[in-house]
Amino acid sequence: MLNITGLSKVFNPGTINEKLALDDVSLRLKPGDFVTVIGGNGAGKSTLLNCVAGVHRQEMGSIYLDGQRIDRLSEHKRAKYLGRVFQDPLMGTAADMEIQENLALARRRGSVRTLRWGVTGKEKQYFHEMLSSLGLGLEERMSVKVRLLSGGQRQALTLLMAILNTPKLLLLDEHTAALDPKTARKVLELSERFIADMKLTCMMVTHNMRDAIAYGNRLIMMSQGRIILDVNGTDKQQLTVEQLIHLFSSRSGEEVNNDRMLLG
Amino acid sequence: MQQILLGAVSLGLLWSIMTLGVYISYRVLDVADLTVEGSITLGASVCARMIVTGNDPVLALAVAFLAGMAPGLITGLLHTKLRIPALLSGILTMIALYSVNLRVMGMANVSMLRMTTAYTIIGRLLGVEKTVSVIILGGVMALSIVAILYWFFGTEIGSAIRATGNNPYMVRAQGVNTDNTIIIGLMLANGLVSLAGGLIAQSQNYADVQMGTGAIVIGLASLIIGEVLFGKRNFFSRLLSMLFGAITYRVIIALVLRLGMPADDLKLFTAITVALALSLPRFKDLRDTIRVSLNGRRSHA
Repeated sequence: MLNITGLSKVFNPGTINEKLALDDVSLRLKPGDFVTVIGGNGAGKSTLLNCVAGVHRQEMGSIYLDGQRIDRLSEHKRAKYLGRVFQDPLMGTAADMEIQENLALARRRGSVRTLRWGVTGKEKQYFHEMLSSLGLGLEERMSVKVRLLSGGQRQALTLLMAILNTPKLLLLDEHTAALDPKTARKVLELSERFIADMKLTCMMVTHNMRDAIAYGNRLIMMSQGRIILDVNGTDKQQLTVEQLIHLFSSRSGEEVNNDRMLLG
Repeated sequence: MQQILLGAVSLGLLWSIMTLGVYISYRVLDVADLTVEGSITLGASVCARMIVTGNDPVLALAVAFLAGMAPGLITGLLHTKLRIPALLSGILTMIALYSVNLRVMGMANVSMLRMTTAYTIIGRLLGVEKTVSVIILGGVMALSIVAILYWFFGTEIGSAIRATGNNPYMVRAQGVNTDNTIIIGLMLANGLVSLAGGLIAQSQNYADVQMGTGAIVIGLASLIIGEVLFGKRNFFSRLLSMLFGAITYRVIIALVLRLGMPADDLKLFTAITVALALSLPRFKDLRDTIRVSLNGRRSHA
């Protein structure tokens, strides 16, 4: 489904702040893979996702999605195939627009925008159904401005927007990191449910080792722009946080010195 | 006095079309677009040139609208494709337009005295005097534009433009090229401003290469007055409030002039008004801070 080969990304090349954010990363995802991506700050997790999404352009390497080379497409062209949820709950929605307007924008992802009406009556019914599946009561507030929603509600809405057109790949970039633990759990459970129901292929970046183990069928760990661990299937199911910490320090040569990474 | 108010209303209606343009760039796209200072004069220059050379004044207005989209396009390209900051892009286009406008008119100012304008046509058709025909044409145009804008910003393209001003990251993630939405928005905005310039020039039978100076500040003043006084319940009432804002601004100006303020101080007065209005949120913060700290002291006492 996703085939990344030899991907390298350098930030601020030729300056004192030069940083090799991705160092020859290769990764191959099968259809239906749900990969959790873990690693410390600056490990390159988000950069990897952003290179796939087209926010950054890589210096070397290629990205194929479903047989099509996408690494030269601009961000908005790739969006056709991708669903994205960001760390910042403010990033994924237009605050001054209504819930249904946001959903309508997402529903047109990948199609040409015309002078047809932005939200149709038929769509509203569909959105009502989809929103009630979140179980947050948002279906009764469809014409409310997104600004008035809580962070968790906005993240759930962004998630719904991301899966509305059945993306080939769902990119979750620490999408629960800014939420309180209870809301984070709720949004994670929603994500897992959508991924399972719609058989989506997904990459989920997280700081939280427990979440990285609990969700998905595959786990990769990154450090200094490289993938240092790739665990699959039953091996992953049997993984524990202690093992993960041990693996992290033995493979990266660093100590886990980040509380957030341990506890999330 | 009645004559003064009527004059203010008619002028306000013409400037309200310009205010709607400023609303699109400043509020919808969240871009402070200084191009308008040049594009309002461009519309005036185009109309003056066309009328002086014997063209139809109504056709001249249509051409003014289309001509005004060009500077919007250029500012948009400078900003999106060449990544020049929006403010600077607008200033560059505005300065360039000064030369363009001189070329269009062939001189620094053009008089259309005793020539056929859109208003004389309406005056003849309906048998009304000049001020009334300005109010009729200005009113019909402004209301039609409000209706068209309301429709346009409800469409798929219009929604994407509104979202761009709100959160460009999200819009790109939803597959929209934000360069295009910004450019379309700026073209529409400057088209309207240029159309307003044409209407204003025809109403005063005169176009001057300097007439755009300070236009952005007048537009912002009208916009803020409209928002503060006439609420912002929904998009339609926001658009409509631009009309009332522009008229109220003209009425205020007419009144302070009547009260004896020298006309030369007008721009200073307007600038101070806008500066105060734009800093209102800050004053509110300060007030709240003071209130909270006072309350705190009281509860500790």
